[in-house]
Amino acid sequence: MSLFNIFDIAGSGLSAQTTRLNVTASNVSNAQSIASSPESAYKARNPVFATALKDVFQTNPASAGVRTLGIVENNAEHPTRYEPGNPLADDDGYIYLSNVNAIEEMTNMMSASRSYQNNVEVINTSKELLLQTLRLGE
Amino acid sequence: MPNPINQLFGIHAQALTLRAQRAELLAANLANADTPNYKAQDIDFNAALKDAQSLQNTSGVQINTSQVGHISNDANGLAVNAIRYRVPEQSSLDGNTVDSDHEKSAFTENALRYQISLSILSKKISGLVRTLRGE
Repeated sequence: MSLFNIFDIAGSGLSAQTTRLNVTASNVSNAQSIASSPESAYKARNPVFATALKDVFQTNPASAGVRTLGIVENNAEHPTRYEPGNPLADDDGYIYLSNVNAIEEMTNMMSASRSYQNNVEVINTSKELLLQTLRLGE
Repeated sequence: MPNPINQLFGIHAQALTLRAQRAELLAANLANADTPNYKAQDIDFNAALKDAQSLQNTSGVQINTSQVGHISNDANGLAVNAIRYRVPEQSSLDGNTVDSDHEKSAFTENALRYQISLSILSKKISGLVRTLRGE
């Protein structure tokens, strides 16, 4: 019954968007982290999504869920600030901030929550349809 | 020999299966709304239903599928030939062609039509039961 597959598909969507929200939360909370070298400074993270084909021979090869391939770090340059009094400052008196872009994170968060809502709606509708099918002929 | 129950239910039995398959496809589109290079798909419903009907008319003959890779002509494999890629109205940089609003409205429409078929089937069944009871 393909209506049952929808729960898997939309469920994978929910899980992927949750990962995205988690990563965004991590980025936002670390936006003000500082470090004494660019290597140890916090780097903004982003999940990479890919289509999850179960196998080539599934009954309906077209429909597939989504999975998180991995989480990549942003390699953008870290902003520096001259703070010789800071205990974390390097020999030249600079501290290194995280390369998180707050605006990017906010738009990411909004997009993720919208996508999450879409998937929840799909699950609700499918559940409703399945329940009505069960009651068929009553 | 065609099944008389199939004749009673008419087109709606197949329509229901196809609607469920289309719902699955649209759900996959929505789940992959943020996947780079994902191409949105939909079922050419008229073609799929025509396929299903011609299958029922010639029916009785089923292709035997003894292994996973075999192509069957039963209800589960029906829509596969009628799947088409959507033509994007606005292309995006990451190669994704899912338009969430479009998919959402298509999903709602599909769910509604599923319910229509369902309620017609329900009426037919209750009519049949009433006939059998003869009250």
